[in-house]
Amino acid sequence: MSTSGVRVSWLAGLNLGRRLVLGVPYVWLALFFLVPLLIVFGISFSTPKIAMPPIEPLFTYGADKVLQFRLYLSNYTFIAQDSLYLAAFANSVKIALVSTLLALLLGYPMAYGIARAPKSWRSVLFLLVVLPFFTSFLLRVYAWIGLLSRSGPINALLLKLGIIHEPLVMLQTDFAVYLGMVYSYLPFMVLPLYSAIEKLDPSLLEAAADLGCRPTKAFFRVTLPLTSEGILAGCLLVFIPSVGEYVIPAVLGGPGTLMIGRVLWEEFFNNRDWPLASSVAVLLLLLLVGFIVVLQRVQSREAASE
Amino acid sequence: MPTIRWARRLDRGRFFAPAVVGILLLAGCGSKPAGPPTGPGGTKAEAPVLNVYNWSDYIAPDTISRFEKETGIKVNYDVYDTNEVLETKLLTGHSGYDVVVPSAFFLERQAREGVFLPLDRSKLPNYHNLDEKLLARLTANDPDNRYGVPYMWQATGIGYNVDKVKAALGGDVPLDSWALVFDPKYAAKLKDCGITFLDSPPEVLDSAQIYLGIDPNSERLEDLAAAEELVKKVRPYVRYFHSSQYINDLANGEVCVSVAYTGDALQARDRAKESANGVNIAFLVPKEGAVFEVDMMAIPADAPHPDNAHRFLNYIMRPEVVAEISTYKKYPSGNAAAIAFLPPSVRDDPAVYPPPDVVARFKDHRAESLTYTRYENRAWTRIRTGR
Repeated sequence: MSTSGVRVSWLAGLNLGRRLVLGVPYVWLALFFLVPLLIVFGISFSTPKIAMPPIEPLFTYGADKVLQFRLYLSNYTFIAQDSLYLAAFANSVKIALVSTLLALLLGYPMAYGIARAPKSWRSVLFLLVVLPFFTSFLLRVYAWIGLLSRSGPINALLLKLGIIHEPLVMLQTDFAVYLGMVYSYLPFMVLPLYSAIEKLDPSLLEAAADLGCRPTKAFFRVTLPLTSEGILAGCLLVFIPSVGEYVIPAVLGGPGTLMIGRVLWEEFFNNRDWPLASSVAVLLLLLLVGFIVVLQRVQSREAASE
Repeated sequence: MPTIRWARRLDRGRFFAPAVVGILLLAGCGSKPAGPPTGPGGTKAEAPVLNVYNWSDYIAPDTISRFEKETGIKVNYDVYDTNEVLETKLLTGHSGYDVVVPSAFFLERQAREGVFLPLDRSKLPNYHNLDEKLLARLTANDPDNRYGVPYMWQATGIGYNVDKVKAALGGDVPLDSWALVFDPKYAAKLKDCGITFLDSPPEVLDSAQIYLGIDPNSERLEDLAAAEELVKKVRPYVRYFHSSQYINDLANGEVCVSVAYTGDALQARDRAKESANGVNIAFLVPKEGAVFEVDMMAIPADAPHPDNAHRFLNYIMRPEVVAEISTYKKYPSGNAAAIAFLPPSVRDDPAVYPPPDVVARFKDHRAESLTYTRYENRAWTRIRTGR
C-alpha cells in the first residue's frame, strides 16, 4: 500500500481487533457524553411548560401533518439581560482561580517533597495524598462543618490558647469555601506535579549549580519551566471542577456566596425552568472549553519555542 | 492535550493503580434512589416492594420496620428536604416512588398536572380516623380530598433561645410578633447571638407579608416587592439561610433565633433538654399570623406499586402508628383518632397542638403560578446575595 503512494486513513491500517479496542472509548464518549450534551443543548432552546416533562418539545407534528420546529432564544437573551448570571459566572471564575492558585502554592512544595523523599518513603507519602479518596467526597466536606463551627475544635483550641476571646465565625463564609475547595482538589494538583517533578533529572540542577546559579534562580529557571506541563495539568484538574462546584459552596458557603453551580441548581429545582438551567449549563461548558483552548494554545506555543 | 500527556506519564509511574482506585472511589460515591424494576403491571400481584420518599427526619424510628414485619413488603426509604426537589423528581416522571409527601400547596399544582393517582378509598378503611375539619380546610388545595392524605401539619413561626434573646434585648422583648426577626431594631441586637432564616422563599416572604398585613396568597408584584424590601433590611443580621441546619444549632446554642417550622423548633428544644446543656428553646406563633402547612401523603400516577402504597397509607392512618410519629417528631398529625394515643406531655403541649385561637391565626397556603415562583425566587436571590 505504502509503495503505491496512496494515503490510506489511519483506521484502515489497523486490524479489526485494534479498531474494536479503539472504538470502545469513542462509543462510550458518544453515548454518555455527546448524546446527553446534545439533549441539554436542545432543551436550552425550549421553554418551560406545565407538563411532564416540564418543557415544550422542539419538534411537534400536528394533525395537520405539519412538522414544526420551534427554537426559543429567549433563555439566552434572558441570561444576557439579568446581571445575576454574569455576576455568578464572574464570581465562580474568581473563586476557582484563587482556589487553583492556592492549591498550586500548597501542592507544589508537597509534590516536590514527595518526589525528593527517600524511595522507601515515597509510596507511603503518595498513599497519604490519595487516602482521602477512600471516603466519600460529601462526607469529607461535611466534616469541615464540625471542624469550623463556633463550638468546633479549632475555635476551642484558639480560645484555650488565648489567641482569640470570641469564637471566630468561619462557617458560611467565603473563607470556608476556599478552604473546602483547596482541601478537596489538592490531590488533583499534587498528582500531576509529582509525576512531573519526579521525572526531572537532578543532574540538571547540579549543572546549574556548577555554572554558578543560585538555588532560587535555578528553581525558577530550571525546575519550574521543566515542570510547567505538570503545573498546567494540575491547574486544569483543579480549576475545571471548581468553576462548576455546587456541593462545597452549598455546604460551607454563606448565603452571599454566588456561584454558577448554585444558580444552575436553583433554575432547575426552585424555578423548575429546565430550559434556562440548560442554557446556563451550555454557557458554563463554553466557558470551560474556551479556557482549555486558551491554555492549550499557550502550551503549544511554549513547546514550539523550546 | 496536557492532560493526556500527563496521563501517559502517569502510566509509567508506580502509582497508577492507587490513582485509578482513588478516582473510581471518587466516582462511585454518588447514590441514586432505589428504583427496582416496575412490577408486573395491572391487576397482577405486585412485587413486595415499596419506595417511599419523605421529608428528612419525619418519621418514628420503627414505623417502617413494623410495616415491613407486618406485611412482608420491603420498604426503600429515601428523604428530601425541600418541596422543590420532590417536585422536580415528580415532574421528570418515572421517579420510581410509590409514596411521596408534598406540602398541600405544592400538591395542588402538581395534581393539576396529573402527577398523582386518585386515592382508592375502598383500600383505605382507616380513612375515617382523619380530622374532618382539617380535611374540609384542605379541599381548597385538594378538591374532594382526591389525591392527598394529611400526614403532619405545622406553622412557620419563630424558634428562639429564651435566655439569650432576653439577654440581648433587655426588657424590650416582642415575644409574640414577627417584629423579633423582621424589625431591624431587634434583629440588629440579635445578630451576634445568631439569626437564621429558612432557605425557602415562599415561607419567609409570605411570613414577611403577613407581618406587613398583606395577603400572602396574592401574586401582586408590588406585594412581593414590599416583602423583599422588608427582608432586605434585616438581611445584614441573618447568619444563614437553611431549612434544617438550625435544629442542631438552636439546640447547642450556636444560634438564638430561627424562622422555623414548629416541629423542628420543638425538636431543638427537646434535644437541648436531653443534653442538659442549659439551652432553653421556645417556639412562638406570631400574633400577626403564620403560614400554615400541611404535608400530604400521595401516590404518583406512575407509581410501580400502587397497591402497596395504599396499604402503607392505610397503615399510617392507624391512630396508634401516627400517634407514635407525633410523639417522636413533635408534629401534630391530621389524624383525629390519634390524639387519644398521645402521651399527655405531647397532647397537652400547646406548642405541639396549639389552642383553637392560635390555629385560627394560621393562613392557608395556596399554589403559586410558575411565573410568580420565578419572581419570588429572583427576589430571594437578590435578598441572599445582594444581586
